[in-house]
Amino acid sequence: MWFEELLIAIKASLVLKAPEGLRPLVSAALSTMPILSAFGGLFAVVTLLERKMLGRIQNRYGPNRVGPFGIFQPVADGIKMLTKEDIVPKTADHLIHFLAPLVLLVTAMLGLSVIPFGQKLVAVEFEAGIVFFFAVGGAAELAVFMAGWASRNKYALLGSLRAIAQMVSYEIPLILSSVCVLMVTGSLSLTEVVQAQSGGITSWFVFTPWGFLGCILFLISTLAEVNRSPFDIPEAESELIAGHMTEYSGFKYAVFFLAEFVAMFAMCALTATLFLGGYHPPLPVLSIIPGPVWLFSKLMLLVLLFIWIRGTMPRLRADQLMEFAWKFMLPMSVINLVSTGIWIALDGGLLGWLVTGACNFGAYLGLSRWLADHPNHRKRVYRYADGPINAA
Amino acid sequence: MMVTPALLPYLLFSACLFCIGLAGVMMRRNVILILAGIELMLNAANINFVAFWRFHPGAEEVSGLIMVLFALAIAAAEAAVGLALVISLFRHFRTTNPEQMEQEVPS
Amino acid sequence: MNTIFLLISLTTIASAIAAMSLRNLVHCVLCLTLTFVGISLTYLQLSSQFIGFAQVMVYVGAVSILIIFALLMTRSGHELTLREWRPMHWVWGTLITLGLLACLGLSITGSSISGKVASPEKTESVKALGEALMQEYLLPLEAMALLLTVALIGAALVALPASHHPPASKGGTE
Repeated sequence: MWFEELLIAIKASLVLKAPEGLRPLVSAALSTMPILSAFGGLFAVVTLLERKMLGRIQNRYGPNRVGPFGIFQPVADGIKMLTKEDIVPKTADHLIHFLAPLVLLVTAMLGLSVIPFGQKLVAVEFEAGIVFFFAVGGAAELAVFMAGWASRNKYALLGSLRAIAQMVSYEIPLILSSVCVLMVTGSLSLTEVVQAQSGGITSWFVFTPWGFLGCILFLISTLAEVNRSPFDIPEAESELIAGHMTEYSGFKYAVFFLAEFVAMFAMCALTATLFLGGYHPPLPVLSIIPGPVWLFSKLMLLVLLFIWIRGTMPRLRADQLMEFAWKFMLPMSVINLVSTGIWIALDGGLLGWLVTGACNFGAYLGLSRWLADHPNHRKRVYRYADGPINAA
Repeated sequence: MMVTPALLPYLLFSACLFCIGLAGVMMRRNVILILAGIELMLNAANINFVAFWRFHPGAEEVSGLIMVLFALAIAAAEAAVGLALVISLFRHFRTTNPEQMEQEVPS
Repeated sequence: MNTIFLLISLTTIASAIAAMSLRNLVHCVLCLTLTFVGISLTYLQLSSQFIGFAQVMVYVGAVSILIIFALLMTRSGHELTLREWRPMHWVWGTLITLGLLACLGLSITGSSISGKVASPEKTESVKALGEALMQEYLLPLEAMALLLTVALIGAALVALPASHHPPASKGGTE
């Protein structure tokens, strides 16, 4: 608690030094600047971390030229991005072409404003905080369309339509799997959700059957929402060059990159808030270490998980992606809702664990077996010139 | 924080939006934009509901907001069905101009 | 009058006028999206947070995308409507609109309702909304769920390409 109170005291004293009329503005600026600068610095660190970690997974060193262990690589990347020529196609829609990366960045950063970083450290306290987060996440799809449309490039347009279809499809399991947490907590406000998980690691929602399934579904949907591997059809180089970002170069491309990473951080922070206990330490005795440190360490854990998944799994095809969303994730999240309702009705306890766990696991088994019977998923028969060879 | 002005400006604002939506419905020559004008009219009516909810003295009344929730959901469903119909119309008539969509007279 | 309200309402009205009169159709839809955001800010100013955010989620996140997809699928995105511009339509349309606006404005300013003052402590409680939906308005809620399901299935069916219909009528009438 000491860290949060220290920060609040510093902010109050700074606000008092401002003239009377400007106080709300100064207060708002002082709330948002630490968040923006922290996540901006985190972006730089994570780009380097991702390249090093991917390199190690692929049995090579990452970048290691620009400083000891490549520490100044983000600085070199920044200089490169800033000094590149900004090419805009002549027939492009200049206003929309200019606005698209800005809108994407703004919606990504707006999501950071409702996440509680500490005991009273929320930038904006909304009663319907989580609805705000998902609303601005939905507005990001429009920016993707603007980018693809304004480029006057048929391939960019196709790429952006695919990206929008992917984002819209995965928004439903995202929201439904977070509704389970809201059902148990009884409130839409994120500070209440974190308060319900105070009291050590056993009260975190991820260690309940519905929370576990919800967390997994939420993480997979997050991967799809931020266009990250294995769902990175919109931005993979072998698909439609760079999709909706094809005609962007230089600083605007860097803004797209930044927006994608900030959206990833915001969603990881939301996962940590909803399922992993937010800013609470695993053991109450460790609350000497301030809350934001715990939240950032959980966030970094999730980011490392995402980088690990990126280095390990191959990319999904577009139709596999959509089938996965609509035929597997949506029914699973609805069944998760039902089992959360059963948990609330049985009020937790051993019976609740058994029934909810059996319901979730049975649903998973049944759905995956049923989907695996689809003719597209059977083993393939390869026909060569000298007669068919059946795959074993 | 924010001082809410009186009821009158909100009613005038929503009347303006309603009339603009109506103008769009009357003057546009593209079926999709006519639908967009209809959506704008629905939104203007929603503003009216919320304004009247806010200025109602009872502290426990939520029926205004319930009406807005339902209107929001119905408008979204209507937009979906309407746009599907537009796509189907386009397949038949190959145009989205309502003046060029003439019914084939059975002879 | 309140500066914030003036700013939001003038921006919204300007973008609504732009949405209904621009020639490039994609620009129209983007201005329409701006209008929806302005309306959501109006809801926030009327201290109903949930409805404001739901407006952004439904309209900006879903309905705008629907309209854009419909524009692209009917190939209207690339044409300009310049060649269908007929002055008499616009003149009559503007006259009718202004007439209606005058009628509405007169009746609003002339009535006694518009003298109401804001009750200071009316805030929206999502809990109260949820309880009302589940107790008093349960039947409309279930009807809405049915409506949304029907709309979903119906829209998907109507927009499907009709290539799988067997050409049975030709053989029948011959």
